[in-house]
Order: sequence, then C-alpha cells, then structure tokens
Amino acid sequence: MTKLNVLTIAQAREKLRAGEITSVELTEACLKAADDAKTLNAVVHATPEIALEQAKAADARLAAGDAPDLCGIPLGIKDLFCTKGVASQAASGILEGFKPEYESTVTSQLFDAGAVMIGKLNMDEFAMGSSNETSVYGNVINPWRRDNDETALTPGGSSGGSASAVAADLCLAATGTDTGGSIRQPAAFVGITGLKPTYGRVSRWGIVAFASSLDQAGPMTKSVRDCAIMLGAMAGHDPKDSTSADLAVPDFEAMLTGDIKGQTIGIPKEYRMDGMPEEIEALWAEGRAMLEDAGATIVDISLPHTKYALPAYYVVAPAEASSNLARYDGVRYGHRAKLSHGDGITEMYEKTRAEGFGDEVKRRIMIGTYVLSAGFYDAYYNRARRVRALIKKDFEDAFEAGVDAILTPATPSAAFELGQEFDDPVQMYLNDVFTVTVNLAGLPGIAVPAGLDKQGLPLGLQLIGKPWEEGALMNVAQAIEDRAGFVSKPSKWW
Amino acid sequence: MSIDTETARRVAKLARIKVEDADLPALAQDFNRILGFVEQLNEVDVEGVEPMTSVTPMRLKRRVDEVTDGGQQDKVLSNAPDAREGFFAVPKVVE
Repeated sequence: MTKLNVLTIAQAREKLRAGEITSVELTEACLKAADDAKTLNAVVHATPEIALEQAKAADARLAAGDAPDLCGIPLGIKDLFCTKGVASQAASGILEGFKPEYESTVTSQLFDAGAVMIGKLNMDEFAMGSSNETSVYGNVINPWRRDNDETALTPGGSSGGSASAVAADLCLAATGTDTGGSIRQPAAFVGITGLKPTYGRVSRWGIVAFASSLDQAGPMTKSVRDCAIMLGAMAGHDPKDSTSADLAVPDFEAMLTGDIKGQTIGIPKEYRMDGMPEEIEALWAEGRAMLEDAGATIVDISLPHTKYALPAYYVVAPAEASSNLARYDGVRYGHRAKLSHGDGITEMYEKTRAEGFGDEVKRRIMIGTYVLSAGFYDAYYNRARRVRALIKKDFEDAFEAGVDAILTPATPSAAFELGQEFDDPVQMYLNDVFTVTVNLAGLPGIAVPAGLDKQGLPLGLQLIGKPWEEGALMNVAQAIEDRAGFVSKPSKWW
Repeated sequence: MSIDTETARRVAKLARIKVEDADLPALAQDFNRILGFVEQLNEVDVEGVEPMTSVTPMRLKRRVDEVTDGGQQDKVLSNAPDAREGFFAVPKVVE
C-alpha cells in the first residue's frame, strides 16, 4: 500500500468517504513524515495534539455522513495566519511568543470544513523575500536537488515552508499568501500547483498584513483539482474584511472539465526577457503547444507597462508595509527590548524594532517611510500608483480584446542555491518579474508544474485570468496539467 | 537623486528603528540601489492618470453603527510584554 501522506486531497477524500482509511491514519502518516523531515525546516511549530484531535472529530463526521470535501485532510498552515493558541510569528523575532486569542477567517473556514492542521510552516519574515532566507527560524530547504549534486536549494519564497512541505508530502496541501508572487514562485520551484486568487476572493482577516492592497491567501497543492477543492473552502465574503467581495463562491471543482476549445490564450511579448534561460523559453513554447492541442486559439498580445511593474511594486509594497508594521511597537504583543536607565518611549520603540525585525524587513519599512515622507509622496508613491493603474489597464485591454487567459513562465529560473550573497537587494527582487503584475492588477494567477530542466529541477508555467474567474482559470491550468503529465517527485534524501 | 548618510539617519528615525552610526553608510547605499531601480517609473507618461486607490471597484459595505464586540480585556492584554492592572504598561511618556 502506498504511503498515505503522498495522496492528493481528491484521492484521500475518496478513500476517507469509502471508509478505506481514517483521518487519524492519514494524519499520523503526515505527522511521521514531518517528523522525519526536520532537515527541511519547513514545519516550525508542529501541532500533533491539535491534529489528532481534529482528525478524530473528522472521523466522527465521516462516520455520520457529514463530510465536506476537506473533512479529515491534513494541511500545513503558513506562519502568517493567526491560529488560536498556536504560535503565529510571521517568521519574525518581533512576534516572539505571540499566541493569538483568535482564529483567522481562512483557518476557521478550513477547520469548519473538517481540515486538520499538522503545524505552522516556515516563510520569509513578514512574507518579504523570494528565497525563504529572511526567516527568524532559518532557511527552508527545497526537497529537490540537482542531479548528482547535493547543493541545498531554495524552495522559493515567501511561502517556502508551504512549498517544501507539500512537495515532500508532509501534508496533503498548504495555505500560502501571495503579495508579489509568494505562492506562485515557490510552487514553481518545487513542482506543485499554487493559486493566487482575485484580490478580495479570500478574507485577509487574521492574516498578518504585509501590503494590504496586494496580499491574498491561496492554496498550494499537488494538483489543479486540489487547488479548486481547497479554494472553495478558503473563499467567501467576510464582514471582518471590508475588501472581501460579497460574491457567491462557485463550485470550482465542477468547472474543471479540461475542455478549453474555442478559448483565446494571450502570449504577452513583454515577458520575453533579455537573458532569459533557453529552457524557460522552451517550456513556454511547450505550454503554448499544449493549449493549442487542447483547442485554444493562441494570440500574441502586448502588455506595454510590464517593465514598470517591479519598480511600482517596490514603492507600493514597502509604503503599505511601513504603515502596517508600525503596529509592532513592543506594547501590545511580541518582543520588547530591554531598556537602559533613562530610556523613554521613543527609545523603547527604536530598540524594540531594531532587535525584532530582520534586515530585509527593516529595509522595506524604511524605503516605505521614505517614499511616503513629505516632499517625496508625489514623486514616488503617487507616481507608482498611477503606473499601477496603467498596468491594470493593460490587462483590461487584453481581456476586452477577447483574451480569456494569459500564459507566461512562472519564474525566470529554476530553484537556485541557498546562501548566495547579493550585494544588491534588487537582484533578489527580480525573481518576481513574471508574477508581480498580477498582484498590482488584483487578478487571479496560477502556477502549474510543466516540466524539468536539464538538471532535473521542476519548472512552472503561469496562467493569468480575469477577475473572479478562478474556475475558468483553473480549467485552463487543468488542460496544461493533463498534457504536461508532470508526475516527478523529489527523490527522498532527507 | 542620492540618499546620504544624514537622510538615512532621518528615515530610520521616522521609522522608529535604531540604526548604529556605523551602519548608516551601507543603509544609504541600499536605499540608493532600490530607489535607483524605482527611478525607471519616471519614464512613464502618467499625465491624466488617476492614482489607483482600490483594486476592484467596489463600494464599501455599510452596517449599523453598534457595538458588536468587546469585553475581552484579558484576551487583549494576554500577549502584552508588560500589562498591569488592566492596562498596557510603557515607560514614562510625560515628565
């Protein structure tokens, strides 16, 4: 019998409902796998007691015939989500010891649907990073290695723990969040599927805020179908998040017919970057051929302001972060610095924040402070917001012209080595070049694994859809998944 | 435009993050690299373009103005580094 932890949500759901396995057995398999995978550093706060309690409750629901899709399914939860009574630190030293008295809307919806939490997952501090190297818990290791090479690779970031945990089968799926590519880039780096929903589809309440106009939570799973199942449980209107949309949540899974005949897929010429590896270019061409094979019409399109997305992002996101992270002042929760005699409240703030935040977070808070400061607000922040409006309009024009979805590479490279020293912070930012436009425009985007590079590392394609049409978008992703036949798994070395 | 050490010091102060003098030059250099990257935005013609305020056009929901939550002083204070007699405690603010 295959190990239970390698199952997809859809497979496990069937076995659970048929009574072939119990949630307790499934959960124990995941907890064991997680325990054996400490080297990966993906799970940072294991919650076996909670998991087993939830699993028992799920088994009772299954026995009673009251079993929603996620009933009894073990999930990993990114450390950015507040989980009641369980450490929720956003991988930051400043939230050391913080145990929320409340449950985020997403996790409470997942738990109401019967999901089981195996633990909290590692990430970049406050979701700021693309390699999971800014975490107070230390780096996450990608379960994938290059052929005949033991170099430790990044799982990407910021949802690196989620990516690594799902790829290594420590849980059946995980929650992620995506502000500039933090679900899609790590998903691509570990060969799994990751969806960033339309802004407003999933409640942000109880998720530690980074950049509120860009943040969106989404599923990271082993298949497109699992993405559809999990999004259904995460999505929906929440009165506690004023930006959450009051729209009905469709049955996403029912929309996965794999039939995309007659749809029009756009290929944006601006995503063909100078110096892009040939393998990425080749994968993109293969994706195009797969969609043609599925009966879609492929058209070349232009999104003229693409080039300005990253610079606009690196104004808007730090600006919002500097405001959101002002709350970490050593008064209400988390770390407070030891004060010297005579220190007043200003010294308390300054020392607390200097000790609690890591370098990248400090850098972004200060950049944000600068671009919002008197005399620079118009030149930086307002200009970036104007450019953002143009980026959004590029997409609107493409959709207006009849494009149903847009195909691009997910990342400009495969997973890279951990521990590379970049003397220029901008070099790390370039990881998000293909994903960040989607956040600025508030659109849904999905990364699907589509192949391996010549060193045996997974590569992903990205599809971008119309607002609120995650179902149609996942259906296009399904057409890719069906044709790519990506079944590779990292060979277990940990 | 270039950020000097003095500007870096001022920004750190505004952000309420203590930065040692010795670290200011490196910080200023980081700012210059990031802001240098952002300078590209000046190439874009934004004449007549309204700054984006909301991601999706939506009217904020309204609700009756009434108390819907509260009475949880213990929970509110449970994570405080220093809480006394039902209050958050901080160093003396006013002389």
